[in-house]
Amino acid sequence: MTDTPMRTEPADWATDQEVRWCPGCGDYSILTAMRMLMPELEVDREKTVFISGIGCAARFPYYMNTYGMHGIHGRAPAIATGLAMARPDLDIWVIGGDGDMMSIGGNHLIHALRRNVNINVLLFNNMIYGLTKGQFSPTSEVGKITKSSPMGSLDAPFNPVSVALGAEASFVARTHDMDRQHMMEMFRRAHAHKGAAIVEVFQNCNVFNDGAFEEITKKANRDANLISLEHGDPIRFGVDSEFGVVVEGGVAKVVSVADVGESALLVHDEGKADPSTAFMLSRLARGPFEPTPIGVFRAIHRIEYATSSTSQLAMANDEKGSGDLEALLRSRGTWQV
Amino acid sequence: MTDTAPRELPLQELGEVVIRFAGDSGDGMQLTGDQFTSISAALGNDLATLPEFPAEIRAPQGTLAGVSAFQVRISDFAITTPGDAPTVLVAMNPAALKAQLHNVVQGGSIIINSDAFNERNLEKAGYESNPLEDGTLDGYRSYPVAMSQITRDAVAVHGVKPRDAERSKNFFALGLISWMYTRPVEPTIEFINTKFRGRDQVIQANEAAFQAGYNFGETAELFESHYEIKPAPLPSGEYTNVTGNTALAWGCVAAGHLARLPIFLGSYPITPASDILHDLSALKHFGVRTFQAEDEIAAAASAVGAAFGGALSFTTTSGPGIALKGEALGLAVSLELPMVVIDIQRGGPSTGLPTKPEQADLMMAMYGRHSESPMPIVAPRSPADCFDAAIEACRIALRYRTPVMLLSDGYLATSSEPWLLPDVDTLPDIGVDFHTGFNGTNEDGEGIFLPYLRDPETLARPWAIPGTPDLMHRIGGIEKEDETGNISYDPDNHQKMVNLRAAKIDAVDVPDAEIAGDADASFCMLGWGSTWGAMDAAVARLQLAGHKVAHVHLRHLNPLPKNLGEVLGQFERVICPEMNDGQLVNLVRAKYLLDVKAVNKMNGVPFTTAEIEAAALDAIEAP
Repeated sequence: MTDTPMRTEPADWATDQEVRWCPGCGDYSILTAMRMLMPELEVDREKTVFISGIGCAARFPYYMNTYGMHGIHGRAPAIATGLAMARPDLDIWVIGGDGDMMSIGGNHLIHALRRNVNINVLLFNNMIYGLTKGQFSPTSEVGKITKSSPMGSLDAPFNPVSVALGAEASFVARTHDMDRQHMMEMFRRAHAHKGAAIVEVFQNCNVFNDGAFEEITKKANRDANLISLEHGDPIRFGVDSEFGVVVEGGVAKVVSVADVGESALLVHDEGKADPSTAFMLSRLARGPFEPTPIGVFRAIHRIEYATSSTSQLAMANDEKGSGDLEALLRSRGTWQV
Repeated sequence: MTDTAPRELPLQELGEVVIRFAGDSGDGMQLTGDQFTSISAALGNDLATLPEFPAEIRAPQGTLAGVSAFQVRISDFAITTPGDAPTVLVAMNPAALKAQLHNVVQGGSIIINSDAFNERNLEKAGYESNPLEDGTLDGYRSYPVAMSQITRDAVAVHGVKPRDAERSKNFFALGLISWMYTRPVEPTIEFINTKFRGRDQVIQANEAAFQAGYNFGETAELFESHYEIKPAPLPSGEYTNVTGNTALAWGCVAAGHLARLPIFLGSYPITPASDILHDLSALKHFGVRTFQAEDEIAAAASAVGAAFGGALSFTTTSGPGIALKGEALGLAVSLELPMVVIDIQRGGPSTGLPTKPEQADLMMAMYGRHSESPMPIVAPRSPADCFDAAIEACRIALRYRTPVMLLSDGYLATSSEPWLLPDVDTLPDIGVDFHTGFNGTNEDGEGIFLPYLRDPETLARPWAIPGTPDLMHRIGGIEKEDETGNISYDPDNHQKMVNLRAAKIDAVDVPDAEIAGDADASFCMLGWGSTWGAMDAAVARLQLAGHKVAHVHLRHLNPLPKNLGEVLGQFERVICPEMNDGQLVNLVRAKYLLDVKAVNKMNGVPFTTAEIEAAALDAIEAP
């Protein structure tokens, strides 16, 4: 026996189940990216678990030849927390959409992030409810006309990256379904991160919210509207890299490099202990129609939850000795009759 | 003035006494009662306790809402209840007297901290005149004692500030009662030294107050006699005094040991279940992982996740928590994973009576999930029985791969009784094997894993945990195809799966119902859970009065014992006392078409023996 994982091909990670997303759904490209990444990670299929809630994205585990659980709406981070504590040896991925993770499961998500449970959360954000056929979601823009909001939605949207940073997640990234290499890189980074990692994936729902991210993710628009965050580099973007990002008065803003000079640009530091700068970056775009950062916003080291739990178990064992049931039953004093 | 030399007071032998310590919630009445219980246990008395505290941590001082009480019954014979009514009340202030006096038997003794009966406290308690002087206590033997003053004097020599001095007055009361019932001094001195280790002044003050109370009894010419209660003839062996919640926590640990599995508890703090979380959190050296979740939902969901990973999984809560966990429990039913849900029932609906017991979650345990979602239900009948009930719940969960509901209540949770410790080696082996190999073949003759291929005997599905090579599989809440577990919306398959899930739970190996009391009686009392003590005592009283009475007490509420219909059918009359509006009665009537009569009580106080006895007599004597 050896601990070296078996070499695998992407096909080894596919199940025999027919994939049942709508033709043209962005979920297909995310699934492909995941199946292609897996052999590279050199992990065992049996040590890998996909946990999901409910929604279109949540069908994901059925299509990965690993252990998997299709759970209940919003609760995937809580289910995964229990599994991660009971089994710190596993690689656990949590898959869900914006309704699943930001609405009904918002509470579980922020708590899993603040606790730094060792899970990789992929949040497929399509800014709409898909499986229930097209109601506005907690990430939909104000005024969204849907079947449940015929006069426009009233709710201000969540920005998932801001929420995650607010919960002080130790790893926060964003990618999109039109760029397989970038997705794979973000998933790879999330997997390498010890602790809670969350990756927001802009994902097109071609049936109920088609083109929601087109202005930034379509090939022709990417240079102008996607700001790729690279650790240690000044933040620049634009067809000719003519734009950059500065922080001024506690706010991140887009500027013309020609106006301020490169030295004035914010140098991206994903390892900053304080999440404030990353949060400013997350507020740069008001929505996916203007220059929007993608990449790793934050990657810091913080002790992982199950590791802490395991240390407490070991410490208790050292202090009190391995649990003795006979002694436990006598621990509150006994008498003889 | 009293003589300084101890007087020789007559020592009277008593069969039993029921003492209720009552004071403000900051007065330390629970501690006092606990310690009196411990000393009495060590003397070999049988005993039972009933604490009663307000839901507020510190309700306004001196008010009725802030009264905290602890009742303990000690006896020289075997008992199963903390007693219907106290024969001795220790009242530390007017509110305690006002709140508790009506419970005391006529002619009972009332020991009062007379210093607390000032105008302000009387007003706060709602007394218009001083009950010590206005005849309120006529018909009782009252003993006013200046507890605050004597305590202050006794601790003054230790340099305790007057403000802090009075905090020792519960030890004065304990000393006095210890003298009255001839309890030894040393165990309490030892207890004080252990409990307050490192706080020397507190130890000195409490010791001094305790001694002062003891000496006061001996020297003050106030009491006519003091009493002795001989040891009870209990089965020989080693005993400990245990509350229901502690017995549950220990039962969970024992179950992990007996199943050779690590324990996971997902829980959210809630009265009256939190003590189980506290107890288990302190037992990490038993490999117990506790997770204080963000809410009740996450607590249950995390337990499902841990069960998937191969842990012996628990979630603990009270009724409001079960309401929130329903969705995750439905998932566990669908996933067919083992876990145990512990519900410490309390009064409802909604927040209801957080610190008071009820048995009104039975229907929720049976049916409180959407669709057909059957779950076995187990109920302990006494504090110590919680230990065995926890093991039994785990046994069923593991053997049948199902969530199991354990229904305890706020009465069992906090009350205590002596427990003859079991021989750990004789406890049942409840271990099951994880599934590790293929259990089917595909068309090409290759081995495959079928996660929903059932054991023909138990109908349990294989438990294959992540990390097991080759058995990768996906499970979920969507209806699954029989055997393969693949998503299936096929109508016939759904019908089949509904039937299979029901058949599995129906076939759980539950022991037959047994008849206690007189098997040849024509009258029977049917009960479940914590009513056992009062019902058992009522049977004894009725038998003494010449009646024939049978008593059937259920540990398993789902499935019911296979012989239950036949057993109950043999009696002409059956009553069912429950702390709810007739939930077991409804189940039994529906299932067996038997005319079982409901006897209901929902005032947050457990049935007294007298109430059960009266209900039984009504039924026996009815035309």
